[in-house]
Amino acid sequence: MQDIVKGFRKIVYLSFPPEVSGRPVVCNLTRLFDLSFNILKADISPRHEGTMTLEVSGLEESFHKGIGYLKENGIRITPVAHKIFRNEESCIHCGMCTAMCPTDALMLDPGTRLVIFDVDKCSACGMCTRVCPVKAMTLDLKDDRN
Amino acid sequence: MGQHQVNKTIQEINERIRKGKAVVVNAQEMIEIVRRQGKVAAAREVDVVTTGTFSPMCSSGLLFNIGQQPPVMKVSKLWLNNVPCYSGIAAVDAYLGCTEPSEDDPLNKVHPGRFVYGGGHVMEDLLRGKAVHLRAEAYGTDCYPRRELDKDITLADLPSAVMLNPRNCYQNYNCAVNLTSRTIYTYMGPLKSNCSNANFATAGQISPLFNDPFLKTIGLGTRIFLGGGIGYVIGAGTQHVSKPQRNERGLPENPSGTLMLKGDFKQMDARYVRGQSLLGYGVSLAVGVGIPIPMLNEEMAHFTGVCDADITMPVKDYGYDYPNGISRQLTRVTFEELRSGEITVNGKKTSTVPLTSYAMSLEVADELKKWIERGEFMLTEKVEDIPSF
Ligand code: SF4
Ligand code: SF4
Repeated sequence: MQDIVKGFRKIVYLSFPPEVSGRPVVCNLTRLFDLSFNILKADISPRHEGTMTLEVSGLEESFHKGIGYLKENGIRITPVAHKIFRNEESCIHCGMCTAMCPTDALMLDPGTRLVIFDVDKCSACGMCTRVCPVKAMTLDLKDDRN
Repeated sequence: MGQHQVNKTIQEINERIRKGKAVVVNAQEMIEIVRRQGKVAAAREVDVVTTGTFSPMCSSGLLFNIGQQPPVMKVSKLWLNNVPCYSGIAAVDAYLGCTEPSEDDPLNKVHPGRFVYGGGHVMEDLLRGKAVHLRAEAYGTDCYPRRELDKDITLADLPSAVMLNPRNCYQNYNCAVNLTSRTIYTYMGPLKSNCSNANFATAGQISPLFNDPFLKTIGLGTRIFLGGGIGYVIGAGTQHVSKPQRNERGLPENPSGTLMLKGDFKQMDARYVRGQSLLGYGVSLAVGVGIPIPMLNEEMAHFTGVCDADITMPVKDYGYDYPNGISRQLTRVTFEELRSGEITVNGKKTSTVPLTSYAMSLEVADELKKWIERGEFMLTEKVEDIPSF
């Protein structure tokens, strides 16, 4: 768990054209770039187009190389910063998430004492989704093409 | 009580509540009133100060009865949504503790565990009107032959359901830091290495037991707001410390007073009863508790005038000291400093992280204030003191 906290971590959304779907390009992230990944969601459409939401961690430099490699192999990549959501009904404004948020996207407003979520600052690291005691922070894995 | 310039009784205050004439303020508003007018005038003007807190309170649970369905049963083991309940009481009574994880939870096998579901969540689900799966086993007797029960139930199906909390409303607490070189996951939330964050609980100046530090008006029989319904204080909570070290305002300097509470669960509202998953630690329950403090005299006005700057808390290391039972205090900080977003520990700036929702705590105090203003909630006289010196 520790290396995840310390290392670079990003969630990316990949779309594979049918000719790439069958090849093990994603596994090569580990083999060639020493990155670890965690598949958060994967789908293959009837027309053999694949999509995958991947949490990649490792050194920042390797991350960029790895992403470059995927692009060379015809995979489309979308960052998923906009895919972290807060359920406003559920959030109790306790503040616990502010302990782990590395970008200050989650911050306590000292005046109102409400916890503000600034989506623009969010790097989609996913820490808050683990830490929030009422699971108000979620990673939305919906395919936003439709 | 000595001589006071203002002397009111609970009966008089209730009379004013009944007539819709009582002056009720929340504990935050009271600070300004006492500051501006002084304690004597404040005690004359105000009748009731409402306090509130909304925080994880691990020592909470639900005492319930499932009723009989012939052939009748003397339950020996019982689960609600796969969360084990204690059923070593009577035939169909059981107690669900809020920190009980679901039986198949992976716990901390992969650290830090997520603790997705447990007793606290069952309680929240019941209040949301959701169906909960009940499973029970028995060994069977001549008078109670049934050996198994498997069905879905809702809160409405339970003949009785009482929230029964052995320890709530801690009067003061520790502020937690971590001096080790790895992130740890505690009941005080996640603590990053090398003292990078300091986590603190309680609602500070509006928290019930900071507003009546000697429990002069709170005792067995005090009617309160509990989880959105009406509850009662039924005595000292477990681990209650009656003779803590106090500052010049009488405020305890360490975790000290606690309350045991009960209330009719069926009246409660899921908004104020929330299951919690504490990463790497376990399951818990955030409960909203509001306690009305009657302004019997200027002494109570003085106490309820407490502000965050008056409250101090010990900062403790949860990385090594706490797990090893070492009660070393690294430093003391005021609640006001904690609220500012940054404190200094061992010469290092550390960002502070609250764990208690001040916004929700204030909402609890305001809800209770509304009830009293509408004449729906009468104050009670305590029947027995909770020792506090
Ligand atoms: S930890 Fe969760 S509930 Fe608490 S403030 Fe953050 S998002 Fe809201
Ligand atoms: S995912 Fe959560 S913790 Fe990470 S940057 Fe975004 S808001 Fe902060």
